[in-house]
Amino acid sequence: MIRLLFDIAYTHIAGRLRQTVVSIVGVMLGVGFSIAMAALMQGSQDDFVTQLIDALPHVSVSDETRQPPRQPALDRFDAVEMFGLKPDDDRRGIRNPTEVLALLKALVPGRIAPALTGQAVARYGGGDVGLAVAGIEPAAEKRVSRIAKDMREGSLDTLAADPNGIVIGDGVARKLGAGLGDQITVSTSRGILKRLKIVGLFHTGVTTQDDGTGYVGLKAAQILFERPNAINQIKIRLDEVGQARAVAARIEREIGYKSLSWEEANQSLLEAFKIRNIIMFTVVGAILLVAGFGIYNIVSTIVHEKARDIAILKSLGFAEADMRHIFLIEGLMIGVLGSAAGWALGFGLTELLGSIRFELKGGLTEVTHLPVARDPLHYLIAAVFALGSAGVAGFLPARKAAKVKPVDIIRGAT
Amino acid sequence: MTAPGPAPDAAAIPLIEARGVTRILSGAVETTLVSDVSLSIGAGEFVAVTGPSGSGKSSLLYLLGLLDLPTAGEVLIRGRPTHAMDEAERAATRLATLGFVFQFHFLLPEFSALGNVMIPMRKLGRLDARAMRERAALLLEQLGLGGHLDKLPEQLSGGQRQRVAMARALANDPPVILADEPTGSLDTRSSAQVRDILARLVAEQGRTVVAVTHDLTFAEAMRRRIHLVDGRIVSDEFSPAAAGPQAGLNQVAQTQAATS
Ligand SMILES: Nc1ncnc2c1ncn2[C@@H]1O[C@H](COP(=O)(O)OP(=O)(O)O)[C@@H](O)[C@H]1O
Ligand SMILES: [Mg+2]
Repeated sequence: MIRLLFDIAYTHIAGRLRQTVVSIVGVMLGVGFSIAMAALMQGSQDDFVTQLIDALPHVSVSDETRQPPRQPALDRFDAVEMFGLKPDDDRRGIRNPTEVLALLKALVPGRIAPALTGQAVARYGGGDVGLAVAGIEPAAEKRVSRIAKDMREGSLDTLAADPNGIVIGDGVARKLGAGLGDQITVSTSRGILKRLKIVGLFHTGVTTQDDGTGYVGLKAAQILFERPNAINQIKIRLDEVGQARAVAARIEREIGYKSLSWEEANQSLLEAFKIRNIIMFTVVGAILLVAGFGIYNIVSTIVHEKARDIAILKSLGFAEADMRHIFLIEGLMIGVLGSAAGWALGFGLTELLGSIRFELKGGLTEVTHLPVARDPLHYLIAAVFALGSAGVAGFLPARKAAKVKPVDIIRGAT
Repeated sequence: MTAPGPAPDAAAIPLIEARGVTRILSGAVETTLVSDVSLSIGAGEFVAVTGPSGSGKSSLLYLLGLLDLPTAGEVLIRGRPTHAMDEAERAATRLATLGFVFQFHFLLPEFSALGNVMIPMRKLGRLDARAMRERAALLLEQLGLGGHLDKLPEQLSGGQRQRVAMARALANDPPVILADEPTGSLDTRSSAQVRDILARLVAEQGRTVVAVTHDLTFAEAMRRRIHLVDGRIVSDEFSPAAAGPQAGLNQVAQTQAATS
């Protein structure tokens, strides 16, 4: 029976071959371009996220808490209202760093590096540059961040041995007019002043870092900021980046300090990707909507043209549902053929885009390919969209066909 | 029907029955197509529906064949009221019980003669593909189209097309054939063939044929003639030569209709 409905549907669309082919091409273009576009969008997003994950700690624990410190009165009474409260002047930092680090080592499947960060000003000759100074343990730092790989001159390891060494971004060096081996002066807002020798230069490609960051040994930072034994940041690189959210939440539960997964830290960026995806789907939807109009157009024409056949089929004993099915099948046939052709087109376009070579100029010239992501899901989504729109485009005229009154047609034809 | 007499058999239940059937077209002006028609047609009857053009013959046939619904009254097929049926049930009844032949052949242009005849069979799905093909070929051969099985409608003459349409109407072996001026657009020779086929369906196969016709010689040959004027039955009579059990049955129905 269903074979019969297919046969009839087939004769209808085969009878309007040119229009059918045009509709199929419409769907094909919609599906093909949306697949290629998705491959490109997803590819660049993946590429970006990979770089992000590579450059940033997966989880970073800071000395902040999400709630203000709990006051003793809150524990004592059920309802407390506080005015003009001035909490202890707590010299911020992660308390009991040794214990916390030990706890994290046991808790976290990954590598851990402590740091003490603070603001300072670097001077050399006449120029001065605001500097975010991070005191690090080079051996540990290397294992959680890319910084060692981004070294252009000198080396990070020197910091471990040399308490008076500093590694700065190449942008900072340029602004100061200083180079490897030069002595610069670093001062803090508390009036501490230290002369440090540039033992390394790095270039990450991230301007804010290259133009405003310096690394010193952890001990040196603790002296610079007058906070012996203190740390205020722990960077974590996980074995499994996918666990970042869960691990961050667990750390926060266990030790109470604010702990940010990379996703949370880059939420606005990830949301921008989401918006980009929505725009992409809107465009794809619009293409497929146009393709849908094409299908609607041809199926309506057929319903109109085949009114006599519809009438006779009904008089022979076909029910309204059968007529609906026949024309729905016609819409879907075009949708399926268009999707299949669109898959091929999408595959071809994706490979073509992926093979295009171009040059990136960022400090040094790199030759690279467009990042494309080949994901079966893109094919599936495009086909689902296409078939959905083909289904709707077929269904509307199909409903009209079902309502054809055979008597009106038969009377008119005789 | 619990009439006294011989034990009630299948033939005692009329195949098609109309009770006070009226069809009014509503619109700017109301048009009455069929007005208060009651009749009863039993198995094996050969009925001519005659009347002037526009008297409602086609409309009545559509109502009896469940292609149209009465505004008032009801149509029963094999004793089953059809007004309570849903659209799908009426379609199913048409598929298995009723075969239509119209003035125009209405063959699907993309299907061969054989393909057209197989359509109702495939829809019903009672036979396997081979049996369907064999039966369709047999029907076409019986109607003198043995050499044209694979021809498309456009390759056939008017008379041949009409015979393919008749084979299609017979595809599911329906007990009733409803024909609306089946010879209306045919030449004399083809008309004679079609008339002959319809007569044989009744005489040899015991089917019921209800045929709207202008053709008086054809009507004369039929046992029962229903004459319509302005959508009403003005006479419903039997050829004396054809008086028989069917006539008796019909007279019962007529008296019933008259008394109700
Ligand atoms: N859709 C319609 N609108 C208006 N009048 C109609 C319509 N269909 C049929 N009629 C009228 O109804 C009457 C009965 O038509 P029909 O049953 O075809 O008559 P017949 O078959 O006896 O020639 C005719 O007068 C015809 O003009
Ligand atoms: Mg008529």
